[in-house]
Amino acid sequence: MHKIGWLRLPLGITYLFLYTPIVVLVIMSFNISKTPFVWKGFSTRWYAELFQNELVRQGFINTMIVAVSATILATILGTLLAIGISRYFRSALLEAYSLAPAIIPDLALAIGLLVFFSLMGVTLSLVSVLLSHVVFGMAFVAAVVIARMGQTDSSLEEASRDLGGNAFTTFFKITLPSLAPGIIAGALLVFTLSLDEFVVAYFTNGPATPTLPIVIYSMVRFGVTPEINALAALLLLVSFTFVLSAQRITRLTDSV
Amino acid sequence: MNDETSNNALLLINNVSKAYDTTKALNDVSIEINRNEFFALLGPSGCGKTTLLRSIAGFEDPDSGSITIYDDSGNGTDLLGLPPNKRPVNLMFQSYALFPHMNVRKNIAYGLEREKLSNSEIAARVDEVLETVGLTEKAKARPAQLSGGQKQRVALARAIVKRPRLLLLDEPLSALDRKVRAEMQLELKRLQHEVGITFVVVTHDQEEAMSMADRIAVIDDGEVQQIADPVTLYTRPTNIFVADFIGSGTLIPGAVSPTGFTTQVGNAGSGSHQLPATNPNNVSGSAVIMLRPEAVHLNGDHQSGSLPGQVVETHFYGGSSVSTISVSGLELPVITRHPGPPRHGVGEQVHLKWLPEDAIVLAAPADQKPVE
Repeated sequence: MHKIGWLRLPLGITYLFLYTPIVVLVIMSFNISKTPFVWKGFSTRWYAELFQNELVRQGFINTMIVAVSATILATILGTLLAIGISRYFRSALLEAYSLAPAIIPDLALAIGLLVFFSLMGVTLSLVSVLLSHVVFGMAFVAAVVIARMGQTDSSLEEASRDLGGNAFTTFFKITLPSLAPGIIAGALLVFTLSLDEFVVAYFTNGPATPTLPIVIYSMVRFGVTPEINALAALLLLVSFTFVLSAQRITRLTDSV
Repeated sequence: MNDETSNNALLLINNVSKAYDTTKALNDVSIEINRNEFFALLGPSGCGKTTLLRSIAGFEDPDSGSITIYDDSGNGTDLLGLPPNKRPVNLMFQSYALFPHMNVRKNIAYGLEREKLSNSEIAARVDEVLETVGLTEKAKARPAQLSGGQKQRVALARAIVKRPRLLLLDEPLSALDRKVRAEMQLELKRLQHEVGITFVVVTHDQEEAMSMADRIAVIDDGEVQQIADPVTLYTRPTNIFVADFIGSGTLIPGAVSPTGFTTQVGNAGSGSHQLPATNPNNVSGSAVIMLRPEAVHLNGDHQSGSLPGQVVETHFYGGSSVSTISVSGLELPVITRHPGPPRHGVGEQVHLKWLPEDAIVLAAPADQKPVE
């Protein structure tokens, strides 16, 4: 902390570089003018127009359906995967394979899933998007929960058994609650990722049910409108809220 | 086994063996633990004592043998057929394993809730045990807010509130600092009397075992070396391992002859001579005698059956002194301890003398050269 005052300069520049576009986007979403790059005055008209836009509304509903269901499924499966791996198959290779879908390029995952779905004769729809999001979501949940399991005392479950708890009670009263911060953080992460996921959704979706990022993509092809700025600002708000609460939950429950 | 001991027996460990791959963790272990006893399993780390404790609790499955627990009317139940949650024993874990998401009261109530007791009975028993361990004011605290000693009391309360027939304690004091540890030693002993539950404690600390336990099983290499009360273990060990593990002492090599214990030590090459010793274990052939520091007395002049030596070092500790004496034919000097300041200066010639009953004849280690 001492004698590194000059290091604040590159730090400041880095943050400026990271956040200027975002700040500009949010400011411009309140611009009254139709041309998105010239400030003419404050207004919330683009937000109002956004809610009138039938395409955006439908996209939003589709995205919520996918994000909520993918979060629920990925959280359950990812948690079970994490418990299974750390409890019964202590293997670094298996652990690495479980986390791979979170790391491999979206494009590879998307093409792979598309090929898989057509081989299986699955009609592309919201269901195929949902399944695809569960694939990488599960990996994120597993990663967070495995890390959490490494921090918890492995004799907790034995203590529960010793005090008269059967396997069922031990799982629901001891194992799950002690992993809860990890599970919740994982769920919030999946929700945030699914909400604005584009590449995988673009490949695995049917034409009739575009998700919000796909709707935005098709709107942007005809030029960036202030309406899109407003939409992006809203998505940003949701993502920030979820990521911050994920962090808070992990920290709070750890400090108690 | 006579009738008296079998009536008093609470737990019978019979010929229990357990191997991991090729290493034998437990080799034909048999121990009888009595009602209301404070029993210690003592041995170096990796000797198998924790495996034995976990086998009683149900977290290890012995390859052979039986572990039977007896109720008040003498009916035995084989524990090995039961899962941990069905055994009438409880284990206090070395890490305490307190549930981090529950407060103290919830932690203690957990075991009673599993027994489906009424809420009022649970509350009454939790209150009672909180008072016993002196934590009534901490009932609402989370484990993370407690000190090491308090956590240990919660772990203890959580186990004894179940009123088990047997309480197992895995290295109960190892996580505490020195001062708290001494306090908790007395506390554990007091609690054991107060609640009237049989305690079996695993420890590697011989002082801890000696100060708390009624009887101790010394274990090494997966085998029981000796089972006895602390005084017997100290004064009448049955082999060199026990003699060495329980306190310090000097070993003098020699052999058992028809007339007694003879040795060449201290005779400067002029043949062997006889030293006062007692042979409770009926050792024959190549042997050693074991002398505790406080059993050896120093004299200025020669008496029959004494050992000549020279003072190498003296240390005065206020209440007592320790002198090290070199003796010809002994690799390591003899360590002696007596009350008061040192009575002989460094370099002085002295004669070591002891009572026959204070020198125990033990079988010689395998590498000892036979004495002609």
